[in-house]
Amino acid sequence: MNKAFTKIFVIFWKDMLMEFRTREIIISVLVFALLVLVIFSFAFGTGIDVTEMTAPGILWVALTFGGVIGLSRTFAVEKENSRLEGLMLCPVDRAVIYWGKLAGSFTFMLAVAVVVTPIFLALFNLPIFLPRLALVIVLALTGFAAVGTLFSALAVNTRARDIMLPILFLPVVVPVIVSAVKATAPVLAGAPWGDMLTWLQIMIAFDIIYLVAATLVFEFVVEE
Amino acid sequence: MNGNHALRNGILWGLGFALMIAALYMVFVYVPTEKHTGIIQRIFYFHVPVAWVSFLAFFVTFIGSILYLWKRQEKWDAVACASAEVGVVFTTLVLITGPIWAKPVWGIWWTWDARLTTSLVLWLIYVAYLLVRSLATEPEKGARYGAVIGIVGFIDVPVVFLTVNLWRTQHPTTIIFEGGLTTPMLMTLMVCIAAFTVLYVLLVIRSAGLKTMEAEIRRLRIMKAE
Amino acid sequence: MNKDIPNSSIRAVEARGLEKTFGEQRALRGVDLTVSRGECLVIFGPNGAGKTTLLKILSTLVKPSAGSVRLDGIDIRDKPAQIRRRISLVGNQTFLYDNLTVYENLKFYGKMYDVADLENRIREVISWVGLESRLHDRAGTLSRGMQQRASFARAVIHDPSILFLDEPDVGLDPHASAMVSDILGNINSGSRTVVMTTHNLERGVELGDSIAILDRGKVVYQASREELSKADFRQIYDRYTETGR
Repeated sequence: MNKAFTKIFVIFWKDMLMEFRTREIIISVLVFALLVLVIFSFAFGTGIDVTEMTAPGILWVALTFGGVIGLSRTFAVEKENSRLEGLMLCPVDRAVIYWGKLAGSFTFMLAVAVVVTPIFLALFNLPIFLPRLALVIVLALTGFAAVGTLFSALAVNTRARDIMLPILFLPVVVPVIVSAVKATAPVLAGAPWGDMLTWLQIMIAFDIIYLVAATLVFEFVVEE
Repeated sequence: MNGNHALRNGILWGLGFALMIAALYMVFVYVPTEKHTGIIQRIFYFHVPVAWVSFLAFFVTFIGSILYLWKRQEKWDAVACASAEVGVVFTTLVLITGPIWAKPVWGIWWTWDARLTTSLVLWLIYVAYLLVRSLATEPEKGARYGAVIGIVGFIDVPVVFLTVNLWRTQHPTTIIFEGGLTTPMLMTLMVCIAAFTVLYVLLVIRSAGLKTMEAEIRRLRIMKAE
Repeated sequence: MNKDIPNSSIRAVEARGLEKTFGEQRALRGVDLTVSRGECLVIFGPNGAGKTTLLKILSTLVKPSAGSVRLDGIDIRDKPAQIRRRISLVGNQTFLYDNLTVYENLKFYGKMYDVADLENRIREVISWVGLESRLHDRAGTLSRGMQQRASFARAVIHDPSILFLDEPDVGLDPHASAMVSDILGNINSGSRTVVMTTHNLERGVELGDSIAILDRGKVVYQASREELSKADFRQIYDRYTETGR
């Protein structure tokens, strides 16, 4: 068990090291997410009355679409030069590869969210320091990474791989998107914990269900 | 095809035909018109059985997918895939008949009601399922990926339903009938559900049989190429 | 770990009735192979003969449609992790991450295999392939030949007892390709079992203890080096790969 954790970390650290070098995922996803933020602000306007209605939605559209872009890179990088085969040759359980890649994807998305969210809050003249929002983001991104890592591995082996990931990913994470938006609204409005509790529970349940399910079926996606 | 199969299929066709005729008779002649919503309410006897069948179909896909990954027998994949195809067709019908019913009754085409929205999300998931199968580089990979989506997609159903239900709680709940179902209405509904379930079983047997035959043809072609 | 050497009478590689079908294409049509411990088997064959598929099946990457593989006496379906520790594959892809240095690549793979005393091991394997001076350069900046050498270093980092080489000299200039043979001599001091595919008849015959020809998914010829003279082999190869075309 201990060894499995070490290997998960080794895969995770490899992805981090590559990202430090190129910054290709984080920078491109970040720019994309900011663009979505800005375009949606133009589309809906930013008056005080609109903010309450649309702001949570705009934030989550930006993080969701940015997340898809980042997730599609997760296995694309392993697919180039057949590196996935090198990884598959390693004497580890396939679930270890899933968790290693998942940890990387989660961290990239979190890094993007850490930059995008304060910018979003500033653009909409909302308080910048919102620890409860951090919790919502962590829970939602965990769900995104759990589903996205599985489907990313699946999509790279199909034709039309670029479009396949969003087509698979978005309908399945509908509960996370709805819950994240619903849990963000009370945080922005300064409402009490009780208003967001149900949505946090749904996200926790979703995360657990999909982490377990994906761990079990991942080997069927990567085997040849 | 051996005698047993032929007999079973014959019985199913006969039963399906009889039930369909009975269902049509009951819907259009036997059952009285519902007094609040009028004639349009009769689409209910089509809408509800079709919705039931689409959920049943995706459940069968879920079971078929698990069995395929476990046993690695092509027949389970054929059943899973055939059921998903039928499921997508029936879900499409749900999404069409829903608005036709809703417009005259509620004055709106679409409501983000938990059942309708879950159907829509399911439709999207299983369209993706069929897309992945057709875009996989080999049929065996397509079957494997399909099975993974068939499992992961189905466990989303209760979560989506629960989420959408909570999401819409502030809206007025949709009332189908003020007086509930009368006995003739209930009987008509039951016959319709039975008719569509038999239709579903027939379609899946046909389609799965076709897929098994296609696989057989592929094998024969390979042998011929030797 | 796993350094317990089983009975030496056990074959290193034992494949029975391997078949693989991709869609409508049969890549392998019943391949039987045995390779003794420490032996080098060289497999020749035209493009599309199924050489790569065969090596991928032997190295656990691809599941066969039918048939079985035993490596060091263990069925590869039973204990994949234990098997993977003992084997390695050099493909025509290097499996290296371009944006990491050679050292980081080796360290990554070394850790994945729980290699003990990794720093020393990296120094050792890198000297075998003669890449000491480029150890801290990014793999992507290396020439094709150097990348292939780094790939050899990656492949032996965990001291595998069976090494699969899939056309290790393809796409290399003759000079680099000669170097591959030297490296093979370095890393393979007679203790490793090697199964290698190649197009290069001359070099292949030199390296192999035994030789097989794979054509259209079947082993059509097999002989040990003693049984065959180098001069004849070209003719044999042509004859076996032409028949039935």
